[in-house]
Amino acid sequence: MSVSSTDVAQVAALARLKIDDHALDDVTQRFSRILDLVAELQQVDTAGVIPMSNPHDQIQRLRADVVTETNQREQLQAPAPAVAEGYFLVPRVID
Amino acid sequence: MTAQDPMAFATASELSAMLAEGKTCSVELTQYFLERIKANDDHINSVVTLCEEQALASAKAADQRRRDNSHTALTGIPLLHKDIFCTQGIKTTCSSRMLENFVPPYDATVVQKLNEAGTVTLGKTNMDEFAMGSSTETSHFGLTRNPWDTERVPGGSSGGSAAAVAAGFAPLVTGTDTGGSIRQPAALCGITGLKPTYGRVSRLGIVAFASSLDQAGPMTRTVEDAALMLNAMAGHDPMDATSAARDDEDFTAGLSGSIQGLRIGLPKQYFSSDLDPAIASIVRSALDELVAEGAELVEVDLPLTHHGIATYYVIAPAEASANLSRYDGVRFGHRCDDAEDLTDLYLRSRSEGFGAEVQRRILVGTYALSAGFYDAYFKKAQQVRRLISDDFHRAFQDVDVIAGPAAPGVAFKFGEKAADPINMYMEDIYTLSVNLAGLPGMSVQAGFHAGLPVGLQLIGRAFDESTLLRVGHRFQLRTDWHKATPVLNGGAA
Repeated sequence: MSVSSTDVAQVAALARLKIDDHALDDVTQRFSRILDLVAELQQVDTAGVIPMSNPHDQIQRLRADVVTETNQREQLQAPAPAVAEGYFLVPRVID
Repeated sequence: MTAQDPMAFATASELSAMLAEGKTCSVELTQYFLERIKANDDHINSVVTLCEEQALASAKAADQRRRDNSHTALTGIPLLHKDIFCTQGIKTTCSSRMLENFVPPYDATVVQKLNEAGTVTLGKTNMDEFAMGSSTETSHFGLTRNPWDTERVPGGSSGGSAAAVAAGFAPLVTGTDTGGSIRQPAALCGITGLKPTYGRVSRLGIVAFASSLDQAGPMTRTVEDAALMLNAMAGHDPMDATSAARDDEDFTAGLSGSIQGLRIGLPKQYFSSDLDPAIASIVRSALDELVAEGAELVEVDLPLTHHGIATYYVIAPAEASANLSRYDGVRFGHRCDDAEDLTDLYLRSRSEGFGAEVQRRILVGTYALSAGFYDAYFKKAQQVRRLISDDFHRAFQDVDVIAGPAAPGVAFKFGEKAADPINMYMEDIYTLSVNLAGLPGMSVQAGFHAGLPVGLQLIGRAFDESTLLRVGHRFQLRTDWHKATPVLNGGAA
């Protein structure tokens, strides 16, 4: 087992996921299997290799500095679970 | 209505000719395929949303365009979209509880382009949740069955799309491929599936999984239809920063060319003793057909092939964990009831909305990107990714196309690979390194083992889909494998 259930619970907190206590051992076991698999990458000699983040070496293009977006607030907020007066609603954050 | 109905298994090219000759109209075709889906999909479960009213309205408009002579080859042809493409006014769920009620306010560029070409959207197809899986078993809306054997998976993640083509529910279906999600289900369902070069097709409006790997492509009965469909899907999109700024190409133009003298590379790692001998034998027979057309077979070396899985299962989850952080229960998607505070809202909305495999990948990705592990996992995987990509480039200095199996086996039974995530990940061993390198890849139906389809995979140089399509088309001119159709029993079994 390459990680403990405490490690997994900590990562879950970072990822904003809630793992039920009864499922934690199973999640930890499967998680460890995946980490064991990816551990084999340490065997590959990568000294001096530049990490590849994208398949094509393409530079960011610039576009003309003109207005292309119009206000679509209502349309874009339509799928939101809770809105009022054009704002997204969340539970109270300041007491 | 039987599965052997000739209309059901006609190609888009054939239907287009019938429309041009006035032998049918789009409204008739649309009604026909809608009825066929309703009569036969209960047992297969390939379609998650059917949009009858919109489809008939588009069909009427398509018929008018044909009368006005302002049509394209695809005007009036019925089509299904994988439920990962945003469709304005039509639910787009990604087969997740998280997006169960999400109705996008806009169309994906791919959807918009196909609409402009005049295709008629019949509905949306089932998939693995957020495209994470190789069997379509992780869908929140139930599994999809393989039309060739309904006790077996159709592959995934575009399993609903592949099953729909195989079952004769539409001649054209869209798919997406992050590690093999077009090619592996195409192989397992006996159809043609093309993953274009990264950047060839716009990703705007495709629900993001792993942004440096995701690419959309056609899933069809024939290579000729894939070329026609790619013509409509491809092209530079200023709204996608990773879209390649290239001139439009006609992918049908070079289809009928010869493959005399073409050099086909066979990676020795793909044909090792690990490969099921039955699959190897079918792939070898398919290659013999290409040799008979004048192609030459050359052994090539892709030494890091077996590290592809580990590389992919760091990079894809890492990118997924970042992409899926947008589902917070605030702006769109599932929101839990009665949140105590903001953290509780995030935790419960996400845990209720995402299924087990999606959560697993978010965890792995978060871990790989976390402080202290970033260099050991994410940076290391990105370095190995470059080495894998370099190996392909080296091989392509000597050959025009690389060929091999699309999947390690035939369609497997439900639950067979569910116990250990690694077993499922191995399904993509021949396909995912192609995504890591950003190259085009295609699976074409190459034969049967124990009554189940086997795919031949062809891999090309970046932006050289034309050569892949030419080789695939030549193969389909010589063989009849792509014409085989399953018998649907309407759920009687």
